[in-house]
Amino acid sequence: MSVLKLTVSTLAITAMSATVAVARDNVQIAGSSTVLPYAAIVAEFFGENTDFPTPVVESGGSSAGLKRFCEGVGENTIDIANASRAIKDSEIAICAENGVTDIVEVRIGYDGIVFASDINGNAFAFTPSDWYTALAAEMPMDGAMVANPNIDWAQVNADFADQPIMAFIPGTKHGTREVFEEKVLLQGCEDSGAMAAMIDMGMDEDTAEGACMAVRTDGLSVDIDGDYTETLARIEADTNGIGVFGLSFYENNTDKLQVATMSDVVPTTQSISTGEYPVSRPLYFYIKAAHVGVIPGLQEFASFFVADELAGPSGPLADYGLVSDPELADTQAAVANVTLMGQ
Amino acid sequence: MSASKHGSLLQTDPHTKKRNAAEKRFRMYGLSAIAIALIALVILLVSIISNGASSFRQTYLSFPVTINAAEIEAAESALLKTGAYNKIIQTSLLTYLTENDLLQDIPEEDAFGMISDEAGATFREFILANPEAAGTSFQLNLLANGRIDGYFKGRVTAQTALLDKNVTPAQLVMADRLAEQGALVKRFNWAFFTNPDASDQRPEAAGLGVAILGSFYMMAVVLFLALPIGVAASIYLEEFARKSWITDVIEVNIANLAAVPSIVYGILGLAIFINFAELNQSSPLVGGLVLTLMTLPTIIISTRASLKSIPPSIRDAALGVGASKMQSVFHHVLPLAAPGILTGTIIGLAQALGETAPLLLIGMVAFVKEYPAAWSPDAGLFGEASTALPVQVFNWTQRSDPAFVERASGAIITLLIFLLIMNALAIFLRKKFERRW
Repeated sequence: MSVLKLTVSTLAITAMSATVAVARDNVQIAGSSTVLPYAAIVAEFFGENTDFPTPVVESGGSSAGLKRFCEGVGENTIDIANASRAIKDSEIAICAENGVTDIVEVRIGYDGIVFASDINGNAFAFTPSDWYTALAAEMPMDGAMVANPNIDWAQVNADFADQPIMAFIPGTKHGTREVFEEKVLLQGCEDSGAMAAMIDMGMDEDTAEGACMAVRTDGLSVDIDGDYTETLARIEADTNGIGVFGLSFYENNTDKLQVATMSDVVPTTQSISTGEYPVSRPLYFYIKAAHVGVIPGLQEFASFFVADELAGPSGPLADYGLVSDPELADTQAAVANVTLMGQ
Repeated sequence: MSASKHGSLLQTDPHTKKRNAAEKRFRMYGLSAIAIALIALVILLVSIISNGASSFRQTYLSFPVTINAAEIEAAESALLKTGAYNKIIQTSLLTYLTENDLLQDIPEEDAFGMISDEAGATFREFILANPEAAGTSFQLNLLANGRIDGYFKGRVTAQTALLDKNVTPAQLVMADRLAEQGALVKRFNWAFFTNPDASDQRPEAAGLGVAILGSFYMMAVVLFLALPIGVAASIYLEEFARKSWITDVIEVNIANLAAVPSIVYGILGLAIFINFAELNQSSPLVGGLVLTLMTLPTIIISTRASLKSIPPSIRDAALGVGASKMQSVFHHVLPLAAPGILTGTIIGLAQALGETAPLLLIGMVAFVKEYPAAWSPDAGLFGEASTALPVQVFNWTQRSDPAFVERASGAIITLLIFLLIMNALAIFLRKKFERRW
């Protein structure tokens, strides 16, 4: 009898829960922690300037966000995924498998990746080859690959101060790591002639590229899997450390950090938008077109996000460190017309 | 003979000395263990309180503001309405500064930068609520920018301002002048407990309102589900179930469940409540259900322990005068066990209140600015997105603006106070109602 009672009450509870929650009236966003502050700023303005509720913005990383985005169509899935890289073909395929076929890609601007160290420490003027020479796991020397012998910045470049190498770079789960590898390490590998030397040694191009982007694991380079706040804490604890940050994070902590130039260019929103400063990447968000018109405020939020007043060069996002997109007008048109990817 | 072998009782022999020394050493170990624990606690508390105590006070800027109907109309037709209201505030500030001859050599832009970005929203809300204010001059209390607030809390100094891109030394000079004038004052920060979260550009406006509400809703769900289910399960297992291998298996499983890492319940919650039952993600309902699952074993274990501690003579007496089994349980055993059950429940709730890990997976680690309603026709009971106290701490420690460090520590203090109250209540109830046999 008690078993019967238990079953009945369980069913009752389940039935009750299933009927109480059916719909939502707010936009739900998840994804990149780099895009999160921008999305939160826009969400805040959107909530206070329109009659729609403030969207809910979750963090969790580009890949995790896109994974949830691709889980399917319906009110218990997210409407927008933030990403600090473009969506991959494999992700588009997974999306399509789960019925998410119509996706609108929105590029909101660019984010600079900067190298910064303790405010009271030595100043640095890096080139990509300096970083390659300092962080490569192995480098070609006299026709053979040897473990990186450099332990001091002065060994890397005679112009640098005598300071032990200690780098805090983003961990592999961050989108920033990919940019760091491609635009700094690989570039440096090519610039310094190490790439050519490896190919001369008989490596094929792919292996050589892999070797270029392999980071030393002897403790002089530390992967930071957390946020920039963790990198900052590590630099405060070890003033020899040099960390990789997003431009906006640096701009909010200029009293604790000094930024290094890259190929003699100081990273600013200006130098990044003109392309002078080499290490930057586009930031995106992806809209589930099937939810447009179903979730109230979704279309309006997307248009609001890319409006000149917000994402433009003098808007609040640029104030916070976003490098605004010179082709913003095209993006605005694409959002207004709900232009799907691949059209 | 034996006396010579063992010596006098008044004289300690080497063996006794050794034993006494061992005891002394053990006491020292114990004392040092306690000392280490206390030092760790003191360091933790000191660092949190020294970082966070300042979050309970906030700097406000108050000066007369004027706006006319035409300006309101123009502002309301803009896309960024709050931005337009900000401009009006800036004009009024400029008037105030020139009238009192405070501006002097300081650039206008610097003076404008002292007002929080939140001011436009505050102003707009005020105007929409008091349309009759148009055309008049009225005193408005506005938040000062986070850096200016930091100056009055010692976080920002003239030296750091030189290097900091978000504040200039001139602004600090102006802040001093305004403080002297009485226009810039530090007040108790009620908004910290009532305001919702704010974006990275407005740390001064960020508060715990949504987080406290969310935590409260979740605790309500946990209390109303875990307590009845837990007590019913315990009574059945303890009083009615025949001891067999099945009850043994259940018992072992409950003990195991109590030790399962809490993140596992988050995975379960995501699979069952969000993906299968299709409840709203980020909602306190799902959070509460997950925490209920997590708290159940704790409540069952403590309830069973307090039922066990009731002497069998009470049950026997009740049965002896003709009470049924159920009457003996509900009329005699349960009331006597109630203090123990309550204590266990409160401790379980306190544990659930501080839990973060399972909430990561069900979308509660988010930027939520709307107060969640307890019930809405669209989202149902506790169905609107919210955060929770521990999650808010986690969120704020990831923000880039240094002012959020203070906010995060303030949130920790708030959470600790809630936990302290709950644990004190548990101890009080136990002391007051507990009976010994």
